[in-house]
Amino acid sequence: MTIELEGVGHRFGDRRVLRDVDLRLDEERVGVIGSNGSGKSTFARLLNGLLVPTEGRVRVDGLDTRKQGKAVRRRVGFVFQDPDVQIVMPTVAEDLAFGLKHHGVARDEIDRRVADTLAAYGLAEFRDHPAHLLSGGQKQLLAIAAVLVLEPEHVVFDEPTTLLDLRNRRRIGRLIHDLPQQVVVVSHDLELLAGFDRVVLFEGGRVVADGPAEQTIAAYLAMHPPL
Amino acid sequence: MLSLYHDARSPVHALPAGAKLLTLFAVGTGLFFVRSLPGLGITLAVVVALYAVARVPWRTAWGQLRPVLPFTALILVAQLVLTDWRTAVLVGVRILVLVLLANLVTLTTRTSAMITAIEVALGPLRPLGVRPERVGLLVALTIRFIPVIKEQADQVRAAQKARGVERSFAFLTPLLIKTLRLADGLGEALDARGLDAEPPRRRS
Amino acid sequence: MIPANRPGISGGAQGKGSGVRTKDIALIALFAAIMVVLGFFPLIELPLVPAPFTSQTLGVILAGSILGARRGGLAILLFVVLVLVGLPVLPGGRGGLGVVLGPTGGFILAYPVGAFVVGLLTERLWRRYNLGVALLCNAVGGALVLYVIGIPWMAVAAGLPLGRAITSSVVFLPGDAIKVVIGSLAAVAVRRAYPLIEPRAEVAR
Repeated sequence: MTIELEGVGHRFGDRRVLRDVDLRLDEERVGVIGSNGSGKSTFARLLNGLLVPTEGRVRVDGLDTRKQGKAVRRRVGFVFQDPDVQIVMPTVAEDLAFGLKHHGVARDEIDRRVADTLAAYGLAEFRDHPAHLLSGGQKQLLAIAAVLVLEPEHVVFDEPTTLLDLRNRRRIGRLIHDLPQQVVVVSHDLELLAGFDRVVLFEGGRVVADGPAEQTIAAYLAMHPPL
Repeated sequence: MLSLYHDARSPVHALPAGAKLLTLFAVGTGLFFVRSLPGLGITLAVVVALYAVARVPWRTAWGQLRPVLPFTALILVAQLVLTDWRTAVLVGVRILVLVLLANLVTLTTRTSAMITAIEVALGPLRPLGVRPERVGLLVALTIRFIPVIKEQADQVRAAQKARGVERSFAFLTPLLIKTLRLADGLGEALDARGLDAEPPRRRS
Repeated sequence: MIPANRPGISGGAQGKGSGVRTKDIALIALFAAIMVVLGFFPLIELPLVPAPFTSQTLGVILAGSILGARRGGLAILLFVVLVLVGLPVLPGGRGGLGVVLGPTGGFILAYPVGAFVVGLLTERLWRRYNLGVALLCNAVGGALVLYVIGIPWMAVAAGLPLGRAITSSVVFLPGDAIKVVIGSLAAVAVRRAYPLIEPRAEVAR
């Protein structure tokens, strides 16, 4: 259960967004914070091979994202900020079945896992509901469930609560806390990350603080004192 | 329109999606060779009866039909002007039957079942380089995008109204850029969900 | 925010075989959906002819000029497949082979060709693309190509002499001109804000 980054840097064209990142993440709950444009989202996308770094390498459980991208993406689930881009199929149950179908899972196994997941996340009553008619919180719940139904070993969240109200924020926060997998959460939501085993702070594409949640969050708050 | 599955237990729901699509296809073709008014009338009656069998609430059925009526009325008027009343009624009823039937199929068939049926139908084209599961995915995404585009259009229009711009085609460009960005995100999400993995060799 | 043209994104995630990348799949589906949505916006039009006065040719223009020949053509082809299946995606909720075999079916079948031609011209002229060029590309692919295929089809399917079919198609002209202009304005703006086409000369496939 390890994600390793060695000498990782990333550029988009001539814009440099990450540099000199060396990290070995084996804690269960890892948070990532930083200002807008600090490279957090790029960092998140490197972890499951959605992006391949322009410098250095990223390995998940020993698998190189550059050479074994497919295997890595099967191991690492990814939840996006905006559930609207993540929900692929028209209805709730169909969306849950989508990834399984593309992984070649047998029909009755798909039905079983979809039913289990619907029940586990309180989505059973929305089974045949058009996904676009769900509320914001339900949509995010579905987006997360659609990733978890694939049973990944790690889950990366890119600002999972940014678009949610307080109640749903807490609900999703609880869900994330209770996951059995290793979890990496990129977020501006400091409350969500409180109690995490480790939080990494990015500024200007570099890691500037790294340690237990309270410590890193305190460093972050100190960097940006109230005006 | 599309993607509006109405869940119920009925013989119509229970029919295989392939059979329903095939019927739709056959009627959509065959109806154009029916030139007898009583014949069309009977077809219309059968389709309406099927709605009852499918236990689709009348409100739902009407909600699906209503947006289409102005267009049908226009065609009816045009036909009346250009031809005779008989042809006009013929054309009008024909459109009505087709729209009702197409709506019935979409109301009683899960999108996933419809897509599987399309994939099966395209199977024989595999040697020609057609990849049925890709087409199935494309169809699913298209259906998924329709409400998204409408939502985004409403948002863009509201944003422009808030800035004092009323009714103009200026909303087209921001709408396109917003939806392109969404499509981009969706493509990324497809990757994240392992779509790039080898398509399964599966005969379900 | 991640910029539109971002080398390296999805670097590890190229769909193999058909050469269509995952991102392209989403874009193709998007424009097929735009076609469907446009079917719900009747463009001002007068109902003098039963032919669909539709905003959908605008979708043809947009698909070709924003996605290029291959992706644009495929997007509109996908739309035509939905029509053929019988789904209610044409204006007025119509669809089905019957409509395609009817007098205006030629126009529908010409849509993917039109989008492809718009895309092809756009790719060739991408470097010096401006409103003038856009108007040219879109008028050729988004109107002329549709007439060349659609009008003879109408003559055959409706049993009209070709001359009659041509004169009765004159009613399309004002609407099509408006759509070409709207489509071109949008294409030029999108090219600046969110370019997706690679110029032809550089496409090495």
